[in-house]
Amino acid sequence: MTTPVPAGDVPSLFSSRRRRFLTGRHSRLVSSLSTVVVLGAVALLVFYAPGGVAFRHFFFDPHQMWVALIGTHQGLASVGKGIVTNIWMFSLCEVLVLLFGLLLAWVRISRAPVLAPLRVLATIYTDVFRGIPILLVFIIVGFGLAELNIGWISHQTPAFYGCVAITLTYTAYVAEVYRAGLHSVPHGQILAARSLGLSQSATMRQVILPQAVRTVIPPLLNDFISMQKDTALVSILGIVEAVQSAQIDAAQNFNDSGLVVAALLFLLMTVPLTRLTDRLIAKDRTRRLAGVS
Amino acid sequence: MSVLGFHNVAKRFGTSEVLRGVSLELNRHDVVCVIGASGSGKSTLLRCANLLERVDGGDVTLFGQSLLDPRIDENLVRRHIAMVFQSFNLFPHLSVLQNVMLGPVHALKRPSDEVRDEAMALLERIGLASRAAEYPDRLSGGQQQRVAIVRSLAMQPSLLLLDEVTSALDPTLVGEVLELLRELAHEGTTMLLATHEMGFARDVATSVAYLDQGVVIEAGTPEHILDAPEHELTRAFVSRVRS
Repeated sequence: MTTPVPAGDVPSLFSSRRRRFLTGRHSRLVSSLSTVVVLGAVALLVFYAPGGVAFRHFFFDPHQMWVALIGTHQGLASVGKGIVTNIWMFSLCEVLVLLFGLLLAWVRISRAPVLAPLRVLATIYTDVFRGIPILLVFIIVGFGLAELNIGWISHQTPAFYGCVAITLTYTAYVAEVYRAGLHSVPHGQILAARSLGLSQSATMRQVILPQAVRTVIPPLLNDFISMQKDTALVSILGIVEAVQSAQIDAAQNFNDSGLVVAALLFLLMTVPLTRLTDRLIAKDRTRRLAGVS
Repeated sequence: MSVLGFHNVAKRFGTSEVLRGVSLELNRHDVVCVIGASGSGKSTLLRCANLLERVDGGDVTLFGQSLLDPRIDENLVRRHIAMVFQSFNLFPHLSVLQNVMLGPVHALKRPSDEVRDEAMALLERIGLASRAAEYPDRLSGGQQQRVAIVRSLAMQPSLLLLDEVTSALDPTLVGEVLELLRELAHEGTTMLLATHEMGFARDVATSVAYLDQGVVIEAGTPEHILDAPEHELTRAFVSRVRS
């Protein structure tokens, strides 16, 4: 004879029925059900809100969205053309930031006495550019450099200044990411490499960097995602990129659907990157856990 | 011929004096075991030999040349003195073979074809040639430490420093590492070990030094130090380790 509940002094180890339902083999069902309910509620809210019809017309009019994307013959701007500006800007800046960031991190962690004054400058640099809102950097660089009137530096296109501002700001962030990565390599690794007679730079190239890169990639991609979005701010310098185009389109047609198009285009670029970041983090995690055992 | 000499070596970390006038001499083919409680300065002494630490007083000599000479290139010194660590410190991003090859290829700048053959021969010797392409974390602790030992041998050093190389190992894996060290000792490898393995010290060491709070209390043959210590502190330590 068996009884479901242990008798006597033996404590029950069973979880409650409710808990079993929510966390057990039904968990997949529960999670998809709750997703549908939440998303459905949001959709219903937009659909049946008192201003729902106007809202949908204003932001999600398919015709207006299409027009905003490709532009009209007499139109000044198209979001589709604008996004190309965003794309080349952040592509260029990502390469520059990767290079300068590494250089800056290298200066900050090196102990060479020759680099001492550079180290101080590097520290001030990261403090300053991580501390100033990027919008202000755009204004100071974009209008300030032109105002200074110093040869070719002051006679560049707004896009050039935009790239300079983005690179300045994100180099500071990325250098810190690199630095954390370089510091994350256990000291024993450096001792082992140096004990083999490897020079400081060979130790860096053969032992520290290859290990640091693995830890650094997810946070780097994170910074790149936010950089991609920040390219929208160059519009303050008069550059007609995606968001600016959408605003021009909205002003012309009294319809904000173009802004939604711009938002969707940004999502199209950032979501794959966020998914990739998550995948890499998960992979790194399993690798580490496997390494421990 | 004197390979390594410590002459009245002193080392401080801040206000704590870790080494207080240590003198020790290693000749070719010597196997010297430094014993003592943790914190007695054993590891620091070893690190002063390959310049991972700079001494604050006294002198360290390699082949009779002072390592405190400002013209000394520490990378050249380290090519003659190999070090094996308690926690192996294998490079996790490199395969077992690449770990063994790294020093000769990137420090000695030797052609990698030649080095590869030697490295494979070394791995063959410890029975791990078939695992050459695997990453270190796939190996057991004992296997990893043996790879770390042949990694240091690949540099063809004149002297091997071994810093408590069995202390991080599961008791069942200590034997295979000590067996390799025994072989090396019989081949005449000059070794300086910080160790807690008294049995090994008795069998293999040419001399044993007992270190206590940065001072060599007593040094001599293993029989002398382990069986008939003269000093009170040595006697107390040896009997504590034995029990």
